[in-house]
Amino acid sequence: MTWIWATRMSGGSYYVPDQSRFPIFMAFSLFVLVMGASSTINNLDDPTSNSVYILYFGFACLFTTLFFWFRQVIKEHLAGLDSNQLKQSYVYGMAWFIFSEVMFFAAFFGALFYVRTLAVPWLAGEGEKGIGIAAVEMWQGFESTWPVIVTPDQGDGYVLAKKSMAWPGWDHALEWLPLWNTIVLLSSSVTVHFAHLGLKDGNRKKFNRFLGITVTLALIFVGLQAAEYYEAYAYYGLTLNSGIYGSTFFMLTGFHGFHVLMGGIMLAIMLARSVFAGHFEEHDHFGFEAASWYWHFVDVVWVMLFLFVYIL
Amino acid sequence: MFFRFFKNLSKSLTLLFIFVATPSLNADWFDLNMTRGTTEISNEVFELHMLIFWICVVIGLLVFSVMFYSMWAHTKKKNPVPATFHENHKLEIAWTIIPFLILIAMAVPASKTLVKIYDDEAGDINIQVTGYQWKWQYRYLEDDVSFFANLSTDLDEIYNLVPKGENYLQEVDEMVVIPVGKKVRFLITANDVIHSWWMPAFAIKQDAIPGFVNTAWTVVDNPGIYRGKCTELCGKNHGFMPIVVKVVEQDEYDEWVFNKRQEAIKLAELTTKDWSTAELMERGQTVYEVNCVACHQTEGQGISGIFPALAGSEIALYEKDRHIEILMEGVQGAAMNSFDYLSEVELAAVITYSRQAWGNAEAGDGEIVIPKDIVDYKEPKI
Amino acid sequence: MSAVIENHHDEHHHGPAAGITRWLFTTNHKDIGTLYLWFSFAMFLIGGAMAMIIRAELFQPGMQIVEPEFYNQMITLHGLIMIFGGVMPAFVGLANWLVPMQIGAPDMALPRMNNLSFWILPFAFFILLSSLFMEGGAPNFGWTFYAPLSTTYAPPSVTFFIFSVHIMGASSIMGAINVVVTIMNMRAPGVGLMKMPLFVWSWLITAYLLIAVMPVLAGAVTMMLMDIHFGTSFFNAAGGGDPVLFQHIFWFFGHPEVYIMILPAFGIVSHIIETFSRKQLFGYSSMVWAMLSIAILSFVVWAHHMFTVGLPLAAEIFFMWATMLIAVPTGVKVFNWVATMFRGSITFETPMLFAIAFVVLFTIGGLSGLMLAIVPADFQYHDTYFVVAHFHYVLVPGAIFSIMAAVYYWIPKWTGNMYDERLGKLHFWLSFIGVNVTFFPQHFIGLAGMPRRYPDYALQFADWNMVSSVGAFLFGFSQLLFLFIVLKTVMGGKKATDQVWEGARGLEWSVASPAPYHTFSTPPKID
Ligand code: HEA
Ligand code: HEA
Ligand code: HEC
Ligand code: CUA
Ligand SMILES: [Cu+2]
Repeated sequence: MTWIWATRMSGGSYYVPDQSRFPIFMAFSLFVLVMGASSTINNLDDPTSNSVYILYFGFACLFTTLFFWFRQVIKEHLAGLDSNQLKQSYVYGMAWFIFSEVMFFAAFFGALFYVRTLAVPWLAGEGEKGIGIAAVEMWQGFESTWPVIVTPDQGDGYVLAKKSMAWPGWDHALEWLPLWNTIVLLSSSVTVHFAHLGLKDGNRKKFNRFLGITVTLALIFVGLQAAEYYEAYAYYGLTLNSGIYGSTFFMLTGFHGFHVLMGGIMLAIMLARSVFAGHFEEHDHFGFEAASWYWHFVDVVWVMLFLFVYIL
Repeated sequence: MFFRFFKNLSKSLTLLFIFVATPSLNADWFDLNMTRGTTEISNEVFELHMLIFWICVVIGLLVFSVMFYSMWAHTKKKNPVPATFHENHKLEIAWTIIPFLILIAMAVPASKTLVKIYDDEAGDINIQVTGYQWKWQYRYLEDDVSFFANLSTDLDEIYNLVPKGENYLQEVDEMVVIPVGKKVRFLITANDVIHSWWMPAFAIKQDAIPGFVNTAWTVVDNPGIYRGKCTELCGKNHGFMPIVVKVVEQDEYDEWVFNKRQEAIKLAELTTKDWSTAELMERGQTVYEVNCVACHQTEGQGISGIFPALAGSEIALYEKDRHIEILMEGVQGAAMNSFDYLSEVELAAVITYSRQAWGNAEAGDGEIVIPKDIVDYKEPKI
Repeated sequence: MSAVIENHHDEHHHGPAAGITRWLFTTNHKDIGTLYLWFSFAMFLIGGAMAMIIRAELFQPGMQIVEPEFYNQMITLHGLIMIFGGVMPAFVGLANWLVPMQIGAPDMALPRMNNLSFWILPFAFFILLSSLFMEGGAPNFGWTFYAPLSTTYAPPSVTFFIFSVHIMGASSIMGAINVVVTIMNMRAPGVGLMKMPLFVWSWLITAYLLIAVMPVLAGAVTMMLMDIHFGTSFFNAAGGGDPVLFQHIFWFFGHPEVYIMILPAFGIVSHIIETFSRKQLFGYSSMVWAMLSIAILSFVVWAHHMFTVGLPLAAEIFFMWATMLIAVPTGVKVFNWVATMFRGSITFETPMLFAIAFVVLFTIGGLSGLMLAIVPADFQYHDTYFVVAHFHYVLVPGAIFSIMAAVYYWIPKWTGNMYDERLGKLHFWLSFIGVNVTFFPQHFIGLAGMPRRYPDYALQFADWNMVSSVGAFLFGFSQLLFLFIVLKTVMGGKKATDQVWEGARGLEWSVASPAPYHTFSTPPKID
């Protein structure tokens, strides 16, 4: 049996990093961060609570640690300390990290499929499990449709939306933000690829230019997404509170948007490194490559979202 | 050396046995197995259980005997030079295929029984079973009979202040009554968290899920009293919400239904009666002890952080309307659920009670609530 | 910070740093392994102390020492701490110590991240335990935290619980990525995949499971958080969600999770049985394939924990058959261990005793698992002590025994000292008896009809509960002996040889005892 990695063994001596303070600072930052987040959330309806400062402090610690940690890694890299083998470890590490992200999204997609194909019809008294619901006349008047606009409790506890984000038909296609978002994000995947090609050709200008375009597109996407949310809240009455459709819609697109933001920041940092410090070489630029993988991943998730959240 | 340990082992086991056996000689030591139950399905499930049990025992014994044989015969002392084999395809194929076949032999009868259990047809009698924290409600869909069943074991028994009765923790204030030989379908749901309705004698265990309704059915041929329990963790008193079903002959059942109906009518009449504060208080205390005490505690002091105190609560002191509203609608997103299923009398009584007791009457406006207030709340005059 | 850059390579790769910074800032796989192991042992004691409270309350019918509310907090924390704090970190610790040595690598692939993965844990468990002192008490909804008991009806500390699960999960994912990358990228030349020691294989597969399912758990707790605080309705039928959805997501994580807790044990036991039988392991490649099949199957059996939620018939049948199928590869493993012992040249040192007990008692637990998989029968077993007996048989004499076996087996390599064999055997026998007296009677109580998560019970269950409690105290106190033995070995004792055990094979036995701080700075030669 030959697996690709079985042949990639390096010969020379291994690189073992020295002791480092970053990890424990980072663990501590996470600790402060989650303590802050938990107490802030628990005290949301108490305006006198100061917990949110713990949260800010946690973020500050986290970003500081991350900054210095990455700076260290970059320095080591520039000093030529990381062997090919270590670089390979980063490659595998990133790949598996992305796999874990895929599984995170899988949980939310799974929830979406489950409610759409099973729970909602059952609640409307359809199918094998609807029998009991029909027999005791629970959720009278609830109908199985997707998107669920009228919730089973008929808006007794949830605040019903007026309208969903689903495909509005060809007539209104051009006013439909998700379509523009799709175009923006798909083209950004292409531009980041061009940037990569430029880098591989040693064409720094091409790299910077296309990376710049990609980052801009990322910003546009996030902006459009914000506009879409505004529209949802302000005009459609579609909120986290409007039942399962709003729940799945905002959680899926929200986490995706958050990932776009992260990816965009990563790419922006790469851009800055290239423009201001001249980092990355033709054959050695995994930092950038990792960010671009991430970007492609985010793109694929969007395609799934577009299909399953908006279109179907 | 190995044998010396075995000797020690048996010695210590005997000691241990004596130690634990002495204090409890009145024991049901031989309550070791699943019970057969009383229905056709429960018997079938029991047979299935015994079948898979014996298969597992035999497999276990086979595996362990080979293993113990090697431990005995192939020690370094007796077999200083180990064999060198480390692969044998025929053997490996055999021990993949044979277990597979055994599994099929278990799965086929299991699937058959399961298909039998999964029967969606309506029953002769359909009973909606609703789990509440921490009691069960039974509603006979055809007969317009509905009631709650609460644990009836005394708190003193639970806290070891008095000896425990025979049916300790397995007794309720009102049994579910069903007739023999009729197909009874249970429509199982819940009002707050997930509970699970388990009646071992019928081999029924179905989760009660808020917002969904599961079905289960049974036909019981032997009259008697059968006891079961809630089997899904549902909070503090999960261990204290038993199930008791009484199976009776048809005519006895009819009589029971008739009496239940009469009771309901009487209760309705009570609403129009003039109530004195003392009467309301007396009744209210009973209602409180059954429905509220689990959370708000005996002295109305609540449990800090989860269940607010009613003693001294603003709402119980001054806000009568809000008080009624809370009971009728519950509090969104909190464990305080709507109690609108209680009768008008019970509601009025319990609200009055919690506005008067524990010094609330003196501390607040002391207003009482009469059944008519509840009726008005339900159908507001325009 | 730039020290690394200035004086890299030569001077500082010889020994550990002095003082506490050695532990705080370390990037050394052995130090981190040690940290993990001690941490997990501490958690085992804390989780075990909670089990003692549970068993003390259940000693007799009636409420005596705790209130039902607190009892629920105890079972919840007991389950969570044992699983996430006891078993998982112990295996990660063993992976840290052993994987690099067994594949001829100098260290883990990503040493700094390794340190991060560890140090998150004390913080995460600090949060979890501190919830005991919060208003409304600690999480009280069972380690499976089913909605809506864990959402609408939960105490406020649930928010802290959610975030602590988040960071715990992050730690596990990073730890697992590290292991995968180490195994994929750091093997010495010549260590082909099918030459890897089984412990390494078992961890490769475990790490894959971890990376696949921990994010799903993160998703589940995130949905809970949103339902509790931000008005979504994932688990609320009134808004179109479903409480059962929570269970599907949870068990999609939860079932692979139980194999995460047993696969490394399979690896450990394979090594030990081979060593003390002085005979090559029977069926190496079928062992690998069995573990792979178990891992893959583990993704399609989750609903066997939910047979009573009212799944459609087809789903019940599918999940029953799929679950039963796992008995086949697991059987292959058991048979292989027996065949390895067969006609070997066996001695019964402490690690071997634990390994043998593992095989026997795990098999008993596995067989009762198989009974649970039979849906109609599970209608009677589900949420009774029969289930509790099942999973303690696979977890305590399964996972925990394998960890103890591993400690006895490798501690001479870690410390350079032999442990006290007489005390080791005593520890084994006390544990062996204790575990069986505790958990075997639980089969009886379960079949007789006692539900789990009950702080109090009907009279007919009294006797066996008492036996079980006595066994639990015996087992619990015996673990103090283990602590003593380990400390004694760390502090001194008979010097161990490099090979330690007559029948031991593998790279880790080719280096000095105790293993040098940096084991392989150049790749070893593999034949
Ligand atoms: C290490 C952990 C571990 C392991 C390895 C297993 C292994 C198995 N488990 Fe278990 N299980 C748990 C931990 C584990 N489990 C936990 C923690 C719970 C409860 C969770 C909770 O609710 O809190 C649980 C609950 C649980 C349930 C749900 C019960 C219920 O709540 O109603 C079921 C049902 O199918 C089940 C089945 C199985 C099966 C079929 C196996 C199989 O993998 C076993 C396979 C092994 C063998 C079968 C023995 C050896 C084989 C042979 C000797 C070959 C020949 C055999 C035959 C042909 C029969 N388990
Ligand atoms: C790896 C996992 C693991 C381990 C090792 C254990 C170990 C033990 N478990 Fe537990 N257990 C679970 C995982 C585990 N458990 C899970 C997942 C649940 C389900 C929770 C739920 O329902 O949500 C559970 C539930 C559970 C219950 C059921 C509670 C209920 O349903 O109401 C019981 C009851 O007997 C129990 C007992 C024990 C005992 C006696 C031990 C013993 O083996 C522990 C022995 C160890 C020690 C005691 C520590 C060392 C000793 C000391 C610190 C000395 C001082 C101690 C003394 C005072 C003697 N466990
Ligand atoms: C399952 C637990 C539970 C039960 C049973 C219960 N309550 Fe409550 N109750 C609560 C909780 C939790 C709240 C707090 C709700 C909130 O978040 O405001 C509450 C709040 C209240 C309040 C408002 C108190 C205040 O000061 O805010 C009143 C009044 C009340 N309950 C009365 C009752 C009565 C009367 C009964 C019995 C008929 C009862 N409750 C049964 C859990 C319960
Ligand atoms: Cu109701 Cu448990
Ligand atoms: Cu499982």
